[in-house]
Amino acid sequence: MQLDAIKQSLSAYLKKFIQKEIAADDEIITSGLVNSLFAMQLILFIEKEFSLKIGNEDLDIKNFNSLNAISRFVGNKKGLTI
Amino acid sequence: MELDLNAEQLIAKASFKGFADREILTIADQNDVDEITSQTLLNALAEKGYWGALIPRKYGGLGMDPMSYGLLCEEIGRGSISVLSLLTVQAMVSTAILKWGDDAQKEKYLRPLAEGQMLGAFALSEPEIGSDAKSITSAAEPQNDGHVLNGRKKWVSGGQIASLFLVLAQCAGQPTTFLIEKPLPGFRIEPIKGMLGFKSAMLAELHFDHCLIPAGNLLGKAGFGFSHVAGTALDQGRFCIAWGSVGLSQACLQACAEYVSQRKQFGRPLIDHQLVQEMLADMHTHTQAARLLCYEAAYLKAKSDPRLIAATSMAKYFAAKTAMKSAADAVQIHGANGCSSDYPVQRYFRDAKILEIIEGSNQIQQTVIARYAAQSF
Repeated sequence: MQLDAIKQSLSAYLKKFIQKEIAADDEIITSGLVNSLFAMQLILFIEKEFSLKIGNEDLDIKNFNSLNAISRFVGNKKGLTI
Repeated sequence: MELDLNAEQLIAKASFKGFADREILTIADQNDVDEITSQTLLNALAEKGYWGALIPRKYGGLGMDPMSYGLLCEEIGRGSISVLSLLTVQAMVSTAILKWGDDAQKEKYLRPLAEGQMLGAFALSEPEIGSDAKSITSAAEPQNDGHVLNGRKKWVSGGQIASLFLVLAQCAGQPTTFLIEKPLPGFRIEPIKGMLGFKSAMLAELHFDHCLIPAGNLLGKAGFGFSHVAGTALDQGRFCIAWGSVGLSQACLQACAEYVSQRKQFGRPLIDHQLVQEMLADMHTHTQAARLLCYEAAYLKAKSDPRLIAATSMAKYFAAKTAMKSAADAVQIHGANGCSSDYPVQRYFRDAKILEIIEGSNQIQQTVIARYAAQSF
């Protein structure tokens, strides 16, 4: 799976939770666009959709705060060149 | 979704039922009066491996699948919701460590938790903070060799007997989770007695007064304590309580089924009276509906499907409401007998009310479910 496909999949998922248009670098967590209930759903979605395990070492707001950040994080975990 | 249990799950369910009948139901009412869970029962749970039911085999647990674990929770809940609450907090702590613990924490804690040598407790609520969990005031200040914790935690199930506490505190304004072992200087445990229900759950209030938490006991990362670590634990907690609520409702059904056949009024067994039939029919139907929501939650959990969060909230909400309604009707069907200590339905009634409050009150669940609904359509 390439980064574009990852981003597309994540974008579709985020749209379920964020009712307005967002740019790929818009902060979604620190801006309060999503709530804490979203956090665990996102973790489960990433793990299932991209066959990854997210653990203690991955807990960094920089990994989850925007569509681009999440895409890069998933890409890195998948070993893609970004 | 498969609605039939497989052969392995059917055998497990029969085993759980036998355990509940033999080890729990025989003493649950007396434990309720004494406001304890007997050491004999705690040991019996350990002997069966139930404290570590969810913990993988490599750490000494049973590694149960979600459906089997749900069936265990249902049967334990049928016997005693207080005992179920002790298993629930054990599962919450274990699951949080499994998901967010580092290797050292997993190695240190999971085996003793699995073997029941270490009992866990979950400390989120405070004297002034319940549903508004993000506003907790317990505070941990970083120090060179760990953190110093000040604050109080209340309504901690199993707090009187636990030796490992998952405690949520603010750390420089960021929600953070700590694993705290007892004894520890500055950490005091005060039993809570005289509750309406959950009387055997051995609730406690925790006092932290300049309590030094050793380095290495932070679970997850600062700032992720509520959303991720507690979020993982609470999702597990809702799952357990949902299934346990089904068990309590089933206990009401069984008690009533027996009573309405034996008890006669106006020259006929109670079951011949249509208004009694109405209560029994609703109890049976709603119990099964709650059970099916729990099946769905277990099915999604087994697949790690993100929809499990919503499904578990719905299961918990509906099952807790069902338990309360079933228990209220069970007391009604039993009349004055149901209000006396001669029958267990009075315990079911008192316990059921707590189910509507813990691990997210009915109203919090409704708020959450409404948001899910808005996202889905």
